[in-house]
Amino acid sequence: MTSRNAGALRDTAFDAAEIDRRLAAIWSTTPGVWGALATVDHKVIGRRYITTAFVFLALGGLLSLLMRLQLAQPEARFIGPDRYNQLFTMHGTNMMFLFAVPVMQAMAVYLVPLMVGTRNIAFPRLNAFSYWMYLAGGLLLWIAFVLDTGPDVGWFAYVPLSGPQYAAGKRADIWAQMITFTEVSALAVAVEIVVTVFKHRAPGMSLDRIPLFVWSMLVTSFVVILAMPAIMVASTALILDRLVETHFFNPAEGGDVLLWQHLFWFFGHPEVYIIFLPAVGMVSTIVATFTRRPVFGYLAMVMALIATGILAFGLWVHHMFVAGLPRLGESFFTASSMAIAVPAGLQIFCWLATIWAGRPIFTTPFLFAIGFIVTFVIGGLTGVMVASVPFDTQVHDTYFVVAHFHYVLVGGAVFPLLGALYYWFPKLTGRLMSETRGRWVFGLIFVGFNLTFFPMHILGLQGMPRRIYTYQPEMPWSGLNMFISLSAVILAGGFLLFFIDVIRSARTGAVASSNPWEASTLEWATSSPPPPYNFARLPVVGGLDPLSDRRDVLPVAAGLRVDRRELLVSSIVEATPEAREASSGDSIWPLLAAIATTATLIWSIFTPWAVVWGSIPIAIALIGWFWPKGVPEDES
Amino acid sequence: MKEGVVLDLTDLPPHGLGTASLSWWGTLAFMLIEATGFALSIVVYLYLMSLAPRWPPDAPPPDLLPGTTLTVLLVASLFPNILLARWARDQDLRKVRIGLIIMSLIGIAPLVLRAFEFPAMHIQWDQNAYGSIVWVMLGLHTTHILTDLVETLVLTCLMFSRHGDNPRRFGDVSDNVMYWNFVVATWLPMYACLYWAPRL
Repeated sequence: MTSRNAGALRDTAFDAAEIDRRLAAIWSTTPGVWGALATVDHKVIGRRYITTAFVFLALGGLLSLLMRLQLAQPEARFIGPDRYNQLFTMHGTNMMFLFAVPVMQAMAVYLVPLMVGTRNIAFPRLNAFSYWMYLAGGLLLWIAFVLDTGPDVGWFAYVPLSGPQYAAGKRADIWAQMITFTEVSALAVAVEIVVTVFKHRAPGMSLDRIPLFVWSMLVTSFVVILAMPAIMVASTALILDRLVETHFFNPAEGGDVLLWQHLFWFFGHPEVYIIFLPAVGMVSTIVATFTRRPVFGYLAMVMALIATGILAFGLWVHHMFVAGLPRLGESFFTASSMAIAVPAGLQIFCWLATIWAGRPIFTTPFLFAIGFIVTFVIGGLTGVMVASVPFDTQVHDTYFVVAHFHYVLVGGAVFPLLGALYYWFPKLTGRLMSETRGRWVFGLIFVGFNLTFFPMHILGLQGMPRRIYTYQPEMPWSGLNMFISLSAVILAGGFLLFFIDVIRSARTGAVASSNPWEASTLEWATSSPPPPYNFARLPVVGGLDPLSDRRDVLPVAAGLRVDRRELLVSSIVEATPEAREASSGDSIWPLLAAIATTATLIWSIFTPWAVVWGSIPIAIALIGWFWPKGVPEDES
Repeated sequence: MKEGVVLDLTDLPPHGLGTASLSWWGTLAFMLIEATGFALSIVVYLYLMSLAPRWPPDAPPPDLLPGTTLTVLLVASLFPNILLARWARDQDLRKVRIGLIIMSLIGIAPLVLRAFEFPAMHIQWDQNAYGSIVWVMLGLHTTHILTDLVETLVLTCLMFSRHGDNPRRFGDVSDNVMYWNFVVATWLPMYACLYWAPRL
């Protein structure tokens, strides 16, 4: 078969301009609607993913403003209890499933192939499919909400409240099926990331030279792979209970309501780390770049990432401390919940050491990294507090917990994400964001966030439960609630300015060079934004910081074909080249497969036969997807 | 930044086989996802069992005959399956075609037996939680047999088409073989759980 390749055109035969021209012809997405629907470029899909996730962030933010408006004073009549139930359920569901997890994976979809020095993500068509599934799941949830069928059972949808007895109608089914959409897409991306990091690394990028952000996404992807099946099992069992009268969660027929909580939190707690670990990777990258030195303790950082990923699976019962479980079990989970503070603390100290030993430059991304460290430490401290059973029993289901998890999630993930966006914006768009506006954005968000959420600790200690749509004037909560609602306006103002900055910078921001921050990872070795093929010649890596080792000349590899989409497969440990491999071209089939799957999943809310009949178009779409088309990419 | 060529990739094979194959790793990752799902279903079974005063509740233990026959058949199917793996590795198109036809037929047989297995459980999915988990476990595994069968049938057609004689396709056959081994391997703990846990 190699003979078929002998006459193939290779980059060794051409000069740089000609290589660029030929690669562009092969790798570019066709202009127009068809091209947009069929593209498999990880950068196009990654940008789409990020944009969509931020739209959901804005929508979820609007919901929280509505809740703050209602809670600003006692016995407000602005929103009724039914609508309020939908609001907080939608807010949580949207932020966890449609924003936080997808946006972290989306950043990886865009960045990981660039950072490991390859031309596209592994399984590019699966990547396109995963985006369409994600979009469909998001639309399902929001359209249902607009039609007053938004889920109203809380983002963790505890049974029996969400079961057939207490949740008539389709609201809980919408929630459960939206889970299926987002988990399918998240699992698909996780597989792509794992295989990209394992097999597509640039020659010489051995395990100990992988950038920390890539390590964090690798660990995250494994956590996704092992955690998400639990929520799929749970939500499927819930749908079956509701649709075909199974009895998984029905105690009258041998089922158990706590089974739901175990399954949900076996997924739900790792979920927190699925959101947090990528943020850790972002902070490490930003800190290294803006202190002008490698992160202190690379090996310790990697070990901490892996340890966090493993410990994440041993904590879930701390969400169930008031469920009446055996005392010994609770003690075990208290210990494990406190243990996970060790790798987290280790990382904090590594960053502090890096900043201490470096020459920090206080740009917007770096400010967000500092804001992260401060806020996350506060959230981590309250985390250690609620890990203790007696304390947790006191504050369970109060605003103390609301404050805690917003500190961890917003401080621990959204701050680094915003910093990451300011940092990688030039690579995403070719333009820099405004440093002046960026400082205002950081200031407003940091101050607004702390003013909004810190008082919630006090409200919780004063006994205000979460998820109540109003409260009586006799309660000592109204002053703080008004303060929180006003502070939320500052926070919202920060985000508004952020969105304005993004839109204006994308249009008129200063044009970025290939490496505006003088960073040392491979994504900065190519132009901003990168060409469709990322690298005209694949970089060869000789150290942990490939761009700072030899600033003037970039070592590269030659010999890839220029007449088909070709990239490199390398070995797991040493990243020695093993094969030249084709990368799939654009295809409409992933979209068709996603449409068929979407129709089946939504239909199956109404009848189980949908699964039988719907599987036929899905099978047809998948066969169309995988059937060889006789293109050069199929040659071997 | 200037580029300096330090490595020539010309002599590398134009397609990766074995552990250099991307789809091999992809299949492995999906197997990990599905194995987690299977394991969780067994955990749910054991969890419900630990709560019940009697097990199985309101039903006799399942009849052994259909499930055991299916288990024997699945284990026996590993033999032709491993032969097929060998032929795919040798890129022997004629033998691979024969092997795929055999494996297609072998994929249909357990579906027939499965039709007898559901009634042998002596419980419906909507009678109690035991019935629910039993049906879901059987259903989950049946879905895997079915998807692998469809994949095998499509591959069989593919190997008889003009696209067949291509190392890439032989790699696909190897992945399909690996996936069938997985379908068999996951059944063994399911079988032990479904048929022997009620007899403990």
